[in-house]
Amino acid sequence: MNITIDINGKDVTAAIEPRVTLLDFVRDVAGLKGTHAGCEHGVCGACTVLLDGEAVRSCLILAAQAEGSQITTIEAVDGTTRQPGELSIIQDAFCESHGLQCGYCTPGMVLAAKTLLQHNPTPSREQVRDAISGNICRCTGYVQIIDAIMLAAERLQGRNQPADGA
Amino acid sequence: MPEGIAEGIGASVRRKEDRKFITGRGRYTDDINRAGQLHAFFVRSDVAHAKIKSVDIKKAAAMDGVAAVYTGQDIADDGVGGLICGWVVPNRDGSATHEPPHPILAKDKVRYVGDHVAMVVADSLATAQAAAELVNVTYETLPAVVDLASAATAAEIHDGMANNTYFDWELGDEAATADAFSKAKHVVSATLRNNRLIPNAVEPRAAVAEYDHIADSYVLHSTTQNPHLLRLVICAFVLNIPESKMQIVAPDVGGGFGSKIYLYAEEACCTWAAKKLRRPIKWTADRTQAFLSDAHGRDHINKVQMALDDNNKIIGLRVDTLANLGGYLSAFAVVTPTYLHGTLLSGCYAIPAIYTNVKGMATTTAPVDAYRGAGRPEATFLLERMMNIAAAEIGMDPAEFRRINFIPKDAFPYQTAVALQYDIGDYEAPLDRALEMIDYKGFESRRAEAAKRGKYRGIGLSSYIEACGIAPSAVVGALGGRVGLYESAVVRVDPTGTVSVFTGAHSHGQGHDTTFAQIVADKLGIPLANVEIVHGDTNRIPFGMGTYGSRSLAVGGTAISKAVDKVIEKGKIIAAHMLEAADSDMEFKDGKFAVAGTDKEKSFGEIALSAYVPHNFPHDRLEPGLEETAFYDPLNFTYPSGTHIAEVEIDPATGVVTLVDWACCDDFGNLINPMIVEGQVHGGIAQGVGQALLENAHYDENGQLLTASYMDYCMPRADNFPSLQVDYTVTACTHNDLGVKGCGEAGAIASPPALINAVVDALSPLGVTDMTMPASPEKVWRAIQNAQTKAAE
Amino acid sequence: MKSASFDYIRPDTLDAVCACLASHPDARIIAGGQSLVPMLAMRLARPSLVIDIAHIDGLSAIRDDDSAVVIGAMVRQAKALSDLLVATHLPLLAKALTHVGHPPTRARGTVGGSLVHADPSAEIPLVAVTLGASLRMRDAGEDVEFHAEEFFIGPMLTMTPPTACLFEISFAKPTCAYVGTGFHEVAARRSDYALAAAAAHIEADDAGVVQDLRLAIGGISDFPQRLPIDIHIDLSAGMADLGTSLTTAIDAALDDVDIVEDMHASASYRRRVAAELARRAVDDALREIAQDLS
Repeated sequence: MNITIDINGKDVTAAIEPRVTLLDFVRDVAGLKGTHAGCEHGVCGACTVLLDGEAVRSCLILAAQAEGSQITTIEAVDGTTRQPGELSIIQDAFCESHGLQCGYCTPGMVLAAKTLLQHNPTPSREQVRDAISGNICRCTGYVQIIDAIMLAAERLQGRNQPADGA
Repeated sequence: MPEGIAEGIGASVRRKEDRKFITGRGRYTDDINRAGQLHAFFVRSDVAHAKIKSVDIKKAAAMDGVAAVYTGQDIADDGVGGLICGWVVPNRDGSATHEPPHPILAKDKVRYVGDHVAMVVADSLATAQAAAELVNVTYETLPAVVDLASAATAAEIHDGMANNTYFDWELGDEAATADAFSKAKHVVSATLRNNRLIPNAVEPRAAVAEYDHIADSYVLHSTTQNPHLLRLVICAFVLNIPESKMQIVAPDVGGGFGSKIYLYAEEACCTWAAKKLRRPIKWTADRTQAFLSDAHGRDHINKVQMALDDNNKIIGLRVDTLANLGGYLSAFAVVTPTYLHGTLLSGCYAIPAIYTNVKGMATTTAPVDAYRGAGRPEATFLLERMMNIAAAEIGMDPAEFRRINFIPKDAFPYQTAVALQYDIGDYEAPLDRALEMIDYKGFESRRAEAAKRGKYRGIGLSSYIEACGIAPSAVVGALGGRVGLYESAVVRVDPTGTVSVFTGAHSHGQGHDTTFAQIVADKLGIPLANVEIVHGDTNRIPFGMGTYGSRSLAVGGTAISKAVDKVIEKGKIIAAHMLEAADSDMEFKDGKFAVAGTDKEKSFGEIALSAYVPHNFPHDRLEPGLEETAFYDPLNFTYPSGTHIAEVEIDPATGVVTLVDWACCDDFGNLINPMIVEGQVHGGIAQGVGQALLENAHYDENGQLLTASYMDYCMPRADNFPSLQVDYTVTACTHNDLGVKGCGEAGAIASPPALINAVVDALSPLGVTDMTMPASPEKVWRAIQNAQTKAAE
Repeated sequence: MKSASFDYIRPDTLDAVCACLASHPDARIIAGGQSLVPMLAMRLARPSLVIDIAHIDGLSAIRDDDSAVVIGAMVRQAKALSDLLVATHLPLLAKALTHVGHPPTRARGTVGGSLVHADPSAEIPLVAVTLGASLRMRDAGEDVEFHAEEFFIGPMLTMTPPTACLFEISFAKPTCAYVGTGFHEVAARRSDYALAAAAAHIEADDAGVVQDLRLAIGGISDFPQRLPIDIHIDLSAGMADLGTSLTTAIDAALDDVDIVEDMHASASYRRRVAAELARRAVDDALREIAQDLS
């Protein structure tokens, strides 16, 4: 079947089998490799993308189901106030707090954090913990990821401005 | 050089590699596609133990889009070698480790669910998988061998291997240990179980193999932790390819934890078939395949006896271990439960007599090999559990019991009864600090407060030591290792003064791009931004041994340091020539080469440029260029140590254990980047908490892996952790230039016994004395029920 | 981990869905897909046709139907969780939804999908049984209705007729002045499938006398079940001391439940823990009412 999905503001069209997941569509059709396959059964969250602004698991959505939705992947998570290609405040905070190691779960974590902070700009540590508890990271032990999201929340509130050179 | 101070050794600088990962621009093996590539899918055994009667590939081979279907017979007909064991040990009777063949596709027999039986290659993954479903394998089923304790008397797994025993190894002085027990005031005994784990790097294994028939050469992209080791094994032992014709590239790798050390059947098959079909071949494990066929970890039964004298000093230790190694011997399956385990049984303690026997057992389960800590977590678990069991039996505070048995800080170098010589350490300092961080003295009031809320609260210590920075090649060789374990580095200074460093270590999350660059920037007095680290490509890097065993910094980092020293030495000669001074008058400081006692100097950049624009070099004594190589082989292991303390609360009605506090103080020697070190500590603790509370690889009696998805195999999530209190003490390693010891495995080694000790402590008022891992809600609840029933009787 | 091949269709009416089900007996309906897609990926489900009901009008609304709150079959769990009608009239559902998966799965997973999937340890079926919800389906051109208590008949097994499609679920609003709820579960990790779960919804009249006590357990048997509890509770003087009457009643009710065991937990554990969670759920609900009364 022919499918068109808006990914990062561009329509991507392809003839695919119905069984193709949004994850495979993003990676193999749109060629965006920042969305990762970790378990392909909906538990690890490495494949997280934003669907109409909400973090979802792209391995649990058929590409056909995503037609008509706007998909945002990690490749399009830039800061709106910064130059293109520069890091968003959330991404920058992850770097500053060492919220990533091997980088494989990282795009999913960043997108989960982005959704959280859209809904709740001033989360408690407990709320951050809950928001990322659907994303498995085997490297970090999560503490520095939570630190990063708390730092990003502060900065998005205009407090604790980042140092230059992000 | 203000930047140098802010960016050099000891600074928590941001990681250089983060930008690509945080923007989704990392490049992992599965991200790579080649024009004309085919996809491989493996037919795997769905029975644990069986003779292969026939493999019918006709229907599969006839399917549209299928390029080939290969079986074990094809592999055998082509003279392809099997997977090898990289380290063997002698048996107690002097005979050698039994090394049964491990073909890359099974031909006569399958020995675990997931064993590779056939390989289907097709123009799409979907077609390959569809065709694989049409391969019809007929088995004559044999009894599965799952239970480790009875494996010796179960069905024979490998022809001619008696008692399903790969090896029967010993270490230590058995007579002296028996003597110690005969003189003991107390003898404490326990049988402990180290549960089986599945490493589960979130990136599954993958390979893209290419063959160039004009050049007769190969490129293999692989999710490996050690590209050169992989090249050596696949070329020399499996496919008989000249090493010079094989390029292995390990691009960004999404976590390894040991499971990506070894050459696996799939990447060997893909490489072999790439030549047969003259097409690139890609394979990526899905999560189920990863569960079935990645090397698993741990899985020991330990019978432990500890002898104490009148003063509560440990005078003897005896440990008899059964190690489950699965259906085949993986590359480092033998060394992990032996030399990486038995040698650590002295822990931080002065124990004059130790004897251990380890039997490596075959079962019809996936191969078991090194997983974060590799042998040392198993040793630490049994020893640190025994420390608490013994302390409880003699009625002594577990912290105090540890303290009086510590090797005193003035006793170094200290020769243990199990072969190692610890170069330096101070075990009381981190114990004291950790006790202070967790407020050990205030614990009983916290226990009482929890009791008012209906919760049982417990505290548990673990004072660990590990042998890291594996290792001196001479020691490794003497102990049966078939590899050297040095590390290599090339430091190339460019004409404009930037520096490229080529390292044999491999980063898959550890942050080498940053830590190594900090060493170089610090030593050369140049900005961190001017240093690039190159790793993971055998065509670019010097022959190196890769990353595992917390060795990258202590061995790889020291190799880089030594290569930088050589660059500085050569720079001095160039500077002496330019400044018309004697070589011996030159000194290098703060990024400048100066004639001692004068203001004559040349910057590092000037020297770099001059090295490549050698218009008037005296060629009889000074070559152009500024590039140096170092191979560093350490004199000894390094010995990180420390104390971790866990505090838990238990809901008696449900058995749910909640981790409420964690304090640890580690001695890793000098720290290069404390922020990265902290991340390593956290990550290690997380995996240890997983082992102690959640994770367990469970095979049923038929050898089916029941925990083969993320729904059934529970890895810790963010909400399983409190904030972790981390601190350090420092005794600098005495035998490497950086004074570093390594930090990658410490958390995974230290944490399981701390947690289990805390759980047992919480339940000790009820009379509970043991808890197996993982401490699942039901096990904890049952322990409480049993204790209450006993109390009522 | 890739699905086997299937066809895909997006009907725009319920009757068209029914027709597809009639012509493809092995077809599966996909709503949010959070349970179906993993089964497809693992090839535990291999339908020839997947029917996407997301394009049928009217299935995504939550409406106030006087005495009931009616939730469309395609209402996402996240939407239900943040919905004012749900929060006001169905506090138990709101409480339970925080235990369903994680934010990214709740963003896609639907209330209706969870019900017809009928995982024995899932939270939404447990709430539906507790509250006595009605499931309304379209089948052969007619609307049919099932009561939650009769709907679940086994693990992943329901009374859904082969050609029927769920279109809405009706939850009756509380009728008494005071409402209290409790929801507890034990899982290996939070939001994993429950080893045992209990839900309580209690209503008390103006005087603080309990008029309706609904308690149900999940995760321990093939499907969620009500535990009949018949005790007189008067909260007019604050939180009541029930002595052992509640635990005795719960234990007695659990005697009639066929409890399952698997590698994660034994039947005896599930029984004891379910009893405790049931007690806690009732306790929470009563305390809420007592607090509102004071």
